Amino acid sequence: MLSVREVTTAYKGLVAISQVSIEVEKGEIVCVAGANGAGKSTLLKSIAGAERIRSGEVSFDGDRIDGTAQHLITARGIAYVPENRRLFPRLSVHDNLRLGSYLFRGKPDREQPLELVFSLFPRLKERLEQRAETLSGGEQQMLAIGRALMTRPRLLMLDEPSQGIMPKLVSEIFQSVKKIRDAGMTVLIVEQRMAECLEIADRAYILQTGRVLMQGKSAELMDNPDVRKAYLGL
Amino acid sequence: MTTATIIQSLASGLLMGLLYGLVAVGLALIFGLMDVTNFAHGEFLMLAMYMTFFLFAFFAIDPLLAAPLVGAAMFVFGAVAYLLVVRFAMRAKANIGMVQIFTTFGLAILMRGLAQYFFTPDYRSINVSWLGGKTISLGGVFLPVPQLVGALVSLAAFGALYFFIKKTDFGRALEATREDAGAVALVGIDKNKVFALGWGLGGALVGLAGAVMAMFFYIYPDVGASFALIAYVTVALGGFGSVFGAFAGGIIVGLVEASTALILPPSLKSVGIYAVYLLVVFIRPRGLFGSI
Repeated sequence: MLSVREVTTAYKGLVAISQVSIEVEKGEIVCVAGANGAGKSTLLKSIAGAERIRSGEVSFDGDRIDGTAQHLITARGIAYVPENRRLFPRLSVHDNLRLGSYLFRGKPDREQPLELVFSLFPRLKERLEQRAETLSGGEQQMLAIGRALMTRPRLLMLDEPSQGIMPKLVSEIFQSVKKIRDAGMTVLIVEQRMAECLEIADRAYILQTGRVLMQGKSAELMDNPDVRKAYLGL
Repeated sequence: MTTATIIQSLASGLLMGLLYGLVAVGLALIFGLMDVTNFAHGEFLMLAMYMTFFLFAFFAIDPLLAAPLVGAAMFVFGAVAYLLVVRFAMRAKANIGMVQIFTTFGLAILMRGLAQYFFTPDYRSINVSWLGGKTISLGGVFLPVPQLVGALVSLAAFGALYFFIKKTDFGRALEATREDAGAVALVGIDKNKVFALGWGLGGALVGLAGAVMAMFFYIYPDVGASFALIAYVTVALGGFGSVFGAFAGGIIVGLVEASTALILPPSLKSVGIYAVYLLVVFIRPRGLFGSI
């Protein structure tokens, strides 16, 4: 479904990811793990069209999408939840969600994803009229994911959804990722917390200083002694 | 000075104030949306007044009928000004604020120069219109009908703008872009389209104001300058970027101007406005309804 081939992206002359290749198949949860500065966020930005790639190819359902404007990539069915969430802070929770379905005119296209969002995150339903900026970190993350789901994506990309969230909510958010997959979507998730991420993912890539260091099925990586030592602290 | 003269002055000040609000709101809208001050705003007004004049002179279309046409034409003009000029100024890598100032300022000078060349510096006026010269008496207060209708047009335009921003998808996109223009692509919105729409709306609103004002002000290439100055004061008073602030600011400016004229000689009628402006800048720099 998504294929990233030998992509190199640089910020101001500094190479952030180099020759990175990853594949995501329909219906999978794929985790990209790695330490801070490994290039995880850059990888997602390069796919979402938020950052121009220097070389390589990104294709989605067989069509090249690198070089396409970011809003058109969203319209093609890739929803991207960035690290800092980028909610519209002074708009209500409801307006943030409604903006997610901006591209759709028909009522069913707007209401069906809303039902999914409310079933995943019932708290959002209680806070509909509140301004987004008044939500807790965890609720903001739920809203950011909710807004992304409103765009009816086929591929959902999450950048460090666990960041700045209290531990209890972290597992709630990871569980919701599984439910999102069960609802028929494909998920690409980038995380520093590798253990939790491997637990829900089918496959994973480990990124180090801008390159793919290892890849494989989650279970295999979890059993790999090097990974256990270096990343899982076991 | 009798009570009657005071009421009379304040009533005409209120009517003028509503028009000032309509002149200024486009400026506030664009500033709120993208932090760009349109220094060609007065020239947008000038162009709208000329359009109204020529529709009258060549096709005998009354300014009242011309208003929606001029509003629509100025919508297109505003959007095109963004797409062809301002959009490129925003790509500046360094000193972006200065680049934007000089770009819109340059646009102003260009428009003024073209107006002088093509329309000549002559003063024009629309001497016979449906409403021109008529007055109406409301409880002993005499109001000029063109100004009264202008005030009603302003109220209607503000009402429509409020509805548009609060109740429509485009309005919500406008609000979202104003919050975080870099984030709207996440929901599939093209921020350039929203910016163009904002400039279009700004143009349409000042276009309506121009059409109304062509009924009772002289029309000449520099006409925008003095009104633009008042518009900047209005927007600064009300709070930069606030649509409601422009409405309130306009009314305050109109009332202050009328009150000043009661006390000081008419040639000094603007003194009061700038005094109030300075006061607001000292005491509440973000303006009365500004949120920054």
